[in-house]
Amino acid sequence: MVVKLHGPGFAAGPRRVAVCLFEKEVEFELINVDLFSGEHKNPDFLQLQPFGLVPVIQDGDLTLFESRAILRYCSEKYTGQGTELHGKTIEERALVEQWLEVESHNFNAPALSLVFQLMYASKLGIPQNEEEIKSSEEKLNKVLDVYEERLSKSKYLGGDFFSLADLTHLPLIHYLVHDCGKESLVKSRQHVSLWWEDISSRPSWKKVLELK
Amino acid sequence: MAERKVYGAPLSTATMRAVACLYEKDLDFEFVQVDMRAGAHKQEPFISLNPFGQVPAYQEGDATFFESRAISKSIAYKYLDKGTQLLGKSPEESAQVGVWTEVEAHQFDPPASKLLFECLFKPKFIGTPTDEAVVAENEAKLGKVLDVYEARLAKSKYLAGPDFSLADLHHLPVIHVLLKVPRVAALFTSREHVNAWVKDITSRPAWRKLVDTYNF
Repeated sequence: MVVKLHGPGFAAGPRRVAVCLFEKEVEFELINVDLFSGEHKNPDFLQLQPFGLVPVIQDGDLTLFESRAILRYCSEKYTGQGTELHGKTIEERALVEQWLEVESHNFNAPALSLVFQLMYASKLGIPQNEEEIKSSEEKLNKVLDVYEERLSKSKYLGGDFFSLADLTHLPLIHYLVHDCGKESLVKSRQHVSLWWEDISSRPSWKKVLELK
Repeated sequence: MAERKVYGAPLSTATMRAVACLYEKDLDFEFVQVDMRAGAHKQEPFISLNPFGQVPAYQEGDATFFESRAISKSIAYKYLDKGTQLLGKSPEESAQVGVWTEVEAHQFDPPASKLLFECLFKPKFIGTPTDEAVVAENEAKLGKVLDVYEARLAKSKYLAGPDFSLADLHHLPVIHVLLKVPRVAALFTSREHVNAWVKDITSRPAWRKLVDTYNF
């Protein structure tokens, strides 16, 4: 049975899951959720995801939400198929988990804030908050300095192998580089830049960008 | 040398999250206090343990890890058969542990942490007045999240299913501290199933031992 992925193809969370499903060679059906008309707050959708957020997946009888939980579930369930994404030993796995948490707790908030301000605020008729932009960029710069140091010693964030820890960054960095005019965040850092070139040229990511 | 070391501070909820996991798993460790008021977490030697300058850090043998939720997961996974099993007892429950640990991190923690900062940290450690607007905004956000928890816990004894897991454990330190602020405590006590769940998880022997040991 084909996995169902609910969410629009352009949104960060669904893209995060889609790239994982492509890497694991898991067939899935993308079911659009119309965020602009508030479909995600309808009672029907709230049955699937009580917080009214995308993405949600349905894999047989199992319904799961929170993109990073879905990543871990797919990586675990489809181990032995497609790319191995969580390391081979307990220690490798622990490092993958660590950098997944770093993305969640250090990278995500300032990156999301910048993307919201620079990509969506004007579309939603909200004036851009210059203070917020400045503060988020400052935070993100500090975080990326740590990434630069890490990636000067390690080919990928979790170790010498591509993993969920790298994959989880694809959606927001893509927006920052291509839609927000913030390419310099990446390009000004030699190792982050090389890492970004590497992970964003993976066939799985290119397929995600073609999703409608 | 101790096999396991936690570097952190007793007033740090994140540090207590990692410690709570070690207690549930019945694992010995050495607690190394980091003097945060002196800024030790932003300098060497700590910064070599966590380049983000945040507590806790965890060492086991030669390996060092940071991020409390990654530390707890690695401990829960490595010592699967020791102490309380924290990762779910069926494939379905394990997947739900994944979901609800993410919910804690992304839906619960942001408003809860802001409330903690405004209502406790600011008056106690910084001495600046509480921003009422921020408190009201985050009480409303946390209330909406707890409505979802209420519906979930009406159908499920613990967040991920019938068994206590990391999904519940990760909430303990922040809930414990928020219960000390009466208006925020009311958000939990006014919801029947959330209230029962809070009473259950905060009375676990491992948690009581942590609270006593660290005067938390």
